[in-house]
Amino acid sequence: MKAARYIEVGQMDELGRLDTPLHRLDARVKMAVVALFVVTVMSFPRYEISGLMPLFLFPFVLMSSGNIPSGAILKKVALALPFALFVGLFNPLLDHSPVLTLGSWTVSGGWLSLTSILLRFTLTVSAALILLACTGIYRLCAGLEQIGVPALFATQLLFLYRYLFVIGDEALRMIRSVRMRSAGSKKLSLRTYSTLTGHLLLRSIDRAQRIYRSMVSRGFAGQIRVLYRTRPGWRDAVFLIGWSAFFILVRFWNPAAALGGWLTGEHP
Amino acid sequence: MHMADALISPAVGGTMWAATAGLIAWCAKKVKELHDDRLVPMMGVLGAFIFTAQMINFTIPATGSSGHLGGGLLLAVLLGPHAAFLVMASILTVQALFFADGGLLALGCNIFNLGFFPAFVAYPLIYRVLVKNPQNRLRLWSGSILSAVIGLQLGAFAVVLETMASGISDLSFGTFVLLMQPIHLAIGVVEGLATAAVVSFVVYARPEAVHSTERPVMTRRALTGLILTAVLLGGVASWFASGKLDGLEWSLEKTTGREELAAPEEGIHSNLAQLQEKTAFLPDYTFKVGETEPDLPEEHEAAWPAVDAGTSLSGLLGGLITLAAAAGIGYSLRTRHKNE
Amino acid sequence: MSTPVLEIKNLGFCYPDGTEALHNISCRFEYGEAVGLIGGNGAGKSTLLQHLNGCLTPSEGTVLFGGIPISREMLAEVRRAVGVVFQDPDDQLFMSTVFDDVAFGPLNLGLPSDEVTARVHCALERVGMRHLCDRPPYKLSGGEKRAVSIATILAVSPDIIVLDEPSSNLDPRGRRRLIDLLRGFGQTRIIATHDLELVVEVCQRAIVLDGGRIVAEGPVVEILNNEELMLAHGLERPHILRHQHPHH
Repeated sequence: MKAARYIEVGQMDELGRLDTPLHRLDARVKMAVVALFVVTVMSFPRYEISGLMPLFLFPFVLMSSGNIPSGAILKKVALALPFALFVGLFNPLLDHSPVLTLGSWTVSGGWLSLTSILLRFTLTVSAALILLACTGIYRLCAGLEQIGVPALFATQLLFLYRYLFVIGDEALRMIRSVRMRSAGSKKLSLRTYSTLTGHLLLRSIDRAQRIYRSMVSRGFAGQIRVLYRTRPGWRDAVFLIGWSAFFILVRFWNPAAALGGWLTGEHP
Repeated sequence: MHMADALISPAVGGTMWAATAGLIAWCAKKVKELHDDRLVPMMGVLGAFIFTAQMINFTIPATGSSGHLGGGLLLAVLLGPHAAFLVMASILTVQALFFADGGLLALGCNIFNLGFFPAFVAYPLIYRVLVKNPQNRLRLWSGSILSAVIGLQLGAFAVVLETMASGISDLSFGTFVLLMQPIHLAIGVVEGLATAAVVSFVVYARPEAVHSTERPVMTRRALTGLILTAVLLGGVASWFASGKLDGLEWSLEKTTGREELAAPEEGIHSNLAQLQEKTAFLPDYTFKVGETEPDLPEEHEAAWPAVDAGTSLSGLLGGLITLAAAAGIGYSLRTRHKNE
Repeated sequence: MSTPVLEIKNLGFCYPDGTEALHNISCRFEYGEAVGLIGGNGAGKSTLLQHLNGCLTPSEGTVLFGGIPISREMLAEVRRAVGVVFQDPDDQLFMSTVFDDVAFGPLNLGLPSDEVTARVHCALERVGMRHLCDRPPYKLSGGEKRAVSIATILAVSPDIIVLDEPSSNLDPRGRRRLIDLLRGFGQTRIIATHDLELVVEVCQRAIVLDGGRIVAEGPVVEILNNEELMLAHGLERPHILRHQHPHH
């Protein structure tokens, strides 16, 4: 079982509960800015590479100001790259239109579009991870509810999160005991899987019933109320307007190309 | 089958997000109408259960390779379709936020592909029909496998359509379909096995845990809507597919030809324009082939001005410097922050 | 005789499959007293506890709160007044932060936000866990979880505090803190437990359950010192009494 995933969840949760000015910004504002960021990144044309570069400023600045270790984020992105992009990897095979010559080398469009895909993936996925790391699941769900996501769904996210570790622990214990009894074999037969997972499911159902009993004993009548509310302030406005303006600017003017052009004397 | 942000255009992503958001709101309403407060903790804990169960691998009989549960179908069996959809959506959301599993733009597509088909197609239309009594082992296992396979085939097909409509991948429709569907056939069988394995245990140990309701899952109107959508999707698919029937080689050649023409344009419009060009070429295969060969030198020149500054050498140089600058600014902020 | 705060008259309970869990249970609880409910596993302690706040409805007999039989209309008030702390703190603490868990009860009562916040801080202070306010539950130790669970009940100012195996999974320090806490409460306390030493330290009265029936009832020292009685019902005489170290 991939216990490593739980450790990752725990780490991200730790980061989410730090206290920096970035963390204290309104979750709704951060969500809006990240959404705009993702749309901006994905709106570039398929061969775009240099135009994407200025956008790296966003994740870098956020990671710094939020005390989020860049290693953690980049490692996750790097690990996910091959799986996420098995489709994109076909591009160099299929697209042979020559678009660039470097001396005697010809770079085909396929490689450029693949690079563009990789860059985009890095940008958008880092943004999602950083959003969580600088907000925390709790504030994020409160923000979601405030923007109109059904309360039932926001509650569901929090409950799911709350019991992840509990169920995970139970599963780990059950698997360990099965392993100890199966002479070192790491594989579960379908029959053993049926019993193990079935038991885990029944325990989970029992737990849910006990939780319900607790909830009802404390007056639960269908709606879960949470006191947490944020009021956006001037810092949120600055964050929102500042980044939005930046994204729009670099979408339509390519500072990288301009810089390169100035340095090499070429004018595109 | 997780889609990644990088392969979806904002238009496709946005559309799927709208569909998913609508579904979430509708399901939340439906679940509330059940007036069953017990569902609140149950959905949460079962979400945690599925999340965990996805990480438990079993050996697939007769192959030796390992598989695991996806969960959409099992959730529908335990909770009914509306609650199941919400739980699946919550699991995928947590995965998108905590892991680099695909990103936020793709989340709308993923929730739809992995949530809608098992809960609203596979479960009510196949599982419920076949597996009237879960105690009947043959029906349980065959029903689970068939439902899971169909649910995943539909989901995989949706991935193909979404990727095609986005126009970022160079894969042609034919190639992509030939890639996706067989793989997901295997994944579907595994899902069916895993689901049946768990349900068979639960039915033996605690039969009342399995969701049952005499009321139909969908109203007649919703069912009609679903059928119309399926017909529409089928029509779109056949439009894509028209002419792709002669196989891989031909579609690869087609793809190469298409890319060069598409280069100067961007966005959804270019995709539609490409489609029109494709269908226009279709009646006359020889005309197309004839055109590419003698035109090679001109195409070579045509490609150059067609590509924008972003890909010229100066653009690349500028790009590298900008990247370094962005990193530097980020780093300096961190140092300053630490000194405060 | 004053009206007992909680009274049970001829209570019987059968599970849906027909198994009889409780038979002809009659007992009363006065304001301010601490009663230990003891018995072996399967004696029916947890089932009985669930009747005290209306979670389970008896098949026979009645439960009276302040002299009035518990009815549907009264349930909300009964649940405020009879606070039950269940055995597994992970079932009790289901929100994302300690604050939210302790605030759950007051919020469900419809109290205004300032008052809710005040009550939360007060309850956490009372159990010595004020500093854990913003912590998520999975980061707490067993003892901390137990204390916070009690705080979730205190926040709604109950008249009776019911606890199911409160000292299970606690280390000695946590257990000692719990015992001190329970001794300090003024409310009626009903404690179902295997921890007989705790019963001696905290409770004045003991009720012995076996096979769903009350087999003995009386002052703690008298009941728990009765070796024959204890052994006959799956229990034993606690060491604290053997070595004559009464803490009262």
